[in-house]
Amino acid sequence: MTNGTPLDGNAMAGDLREIFAVDVTAARYVCAGCTHADAVGTLLLWHQSPGLVARCPSCGDVVVTVVRAPDRVFLDLRGSVRLEVPLEGS
Amino acid sequence: MGIISRGFGGRRRESVPGLPPGQYLTHDFPVLSAGPTPRIPLDRWRFTVTTETGEKTSWNWTEFQALPAEDVTVDIHCVTKWSKLGTTWRGVSLDTLLENVESAADYTMVHSFGGYTTNVPMEDLLDGKAWIAYKFDGEDLEPEHGGPARLVVPHLYFWKSAKWVNGLQLMNEDEPGFWEAAGYHMYGDPWREQRYQGD
Amino acid sequence: MARTAVSGRLTWRAATLAEARWETPTARTLVLDVPDWPGHLPGQHIDVRLTAEDGYRAQRSYSIASAWPHPEGRVELTIQRLDDGEVSPYLTDVVEPGEQIELRGPVGGWFVWRDKQPAPVLLVAGGSGVVPLMAMVRARATASARQPFRLLYSVRTPEDVLYADELRRRVRDDAGLDVHYVYTRKTPDGWPSPPKRIDVAALNTYGWPPDFEPDCYVCGPTTFVETAADILVALGHDPRRIRTERFGGTS
Repeated sequence: MTNGTPLDGNAMAGDLREIFAVDVTAARYVCAGCTHADAVGTLLLWHQSPGLVARCPSCGDVVVTVVRAPDRVFLDLRGSVRLEVPLEGS
Repeated sequence: MGIISRGFGGRRRESVPGLPPGQYLTHDFPVLSAGPTPRIPLDRWRFTVTTETGEKTSWNWTEFQALPAEDVTVDIHCVTKWSKLGTTWRGVSLDTLLENVESAADYTMVHSFGGYTTNVPMEDLLDGKAWIAYKFDGEDLEPEHGGPARLVVPHLYFWKSAKWVNGLQLMNEDEPGFWEAAGYHMYGDPWREQRYQGD
Repeated sequence: MARTAVSGRLTWRAATLAEARWETPTARTLVLDVPDWPGHLPGQHIDVRLTAEDGYRAQRSYSIASAWPHPEGRVELTIQRLDDGEVSPYLTDVVEPGEQIELRGPVGGWFVWRDKQPAPVLLVAGGSGVVPLMAMVRARATASARQPFRLLYSVRTPEDVLYADELRRRVRDDAGLDVHYVYTRKTPDGWPSPPKRIDVAALNTYGWPPDFEPDCYVCGPTTFVETAADILVALGHDPRRIRTERFGGTS
């Protein structure tokens, strides 16, 4: 893979869907650093690292990290003040 | 579920004696990054030690280069399971940098350009166990590998060897850095396979 | 179906390779039987996990190439081989029909097209980034949707074009679909312009005018996606209507 270039937040979908019953990449985040709001799928995802690091495309702050251990997943959402999750079919 | 993919070997991996548990040998030098690679002009580079009482000692690039340097050959172990043996670095020992710093702190937080942090106990930085390195394999350290200068603390998992270092905060209490807050182990001893919190 | 495609926690499951076909000398489509597949939306992807005999595992994401429903109830992936890759050479050159791989999916609810979206659609593909966009083209036909689609497909040479025959046939049979190619290394004989990268002129001429408020989907290597998205914004497209999927170059 190309090192040093991020993917989109879309690429976290599988790891997040192992934890959540809904697709979080379609949810809207509000960045704790700069209040920029958009879909989680638009975050810039640094994936060539010990975990997934999703940064705000507006200010570069870390919004979400996902660390997978063999038996656990650590999800850190301190960089997001809110997630707005659309409910399908409603 | 256990489907074995016949004929799938993954990257050529060698499990050799003498490696920490769960590690494989690699001959290349993978680049891991949690964010954009900072490009730091040498005339703007500065490394600052801040004690638990707020006293600061700092070096610009010229001053840093004037400090006595050491050449070391060490094995490095990444938590993503690759190990690389016999890597050669040139850098300034933390013993040298902390020689005249008055402190009774037991813990440190390493800070980097770009915002990365990692915590390392003071005793793991002293007595010839850690360096701020600026050459790898005889060449200037490339930005992708942490240049102009990175911490090298080879007896801990390599995420502790922060790239692009610019400071060391001395602390009385231990605090988690970037990966430690995200789920990785506070100490990170590869020989005890301390990968994640609670390991 | 959209509901089943996006709700419920996900686990790994075994899929059986039913058949495989080469799209180009380096890209192979895998047609998979996945028991109890819940259906998917075009643009979604699946994660593939391979386990070596010594327990070593590698995992990669691949966009789904097929639409749902599929005539045989199967799921198709198109894998571009990267010679220094770890997973893609196994999927293109080693796995054979009858063998199983582990996968989980479908995943991703952001880079998707739903046939109830009323806007015209602009698809901008760089290389194998065409795969999820092809799923959208196929889904539009499967749903008999009327929204006009335009695909602008940047590719190195004519030999690298994925789905060339199918795209030609679909364009011929469907007035609502246009495809334009940008060749970056080598053009077909008689092509009116020399090889070039995607640029303002191409997106201006072969995209939709911003006034039409199209939904734009851009997929390809990171630099391609950033260039194309920047041009679309400069041309006056609403950034909120531009969805991107960067390929790191899935190895």
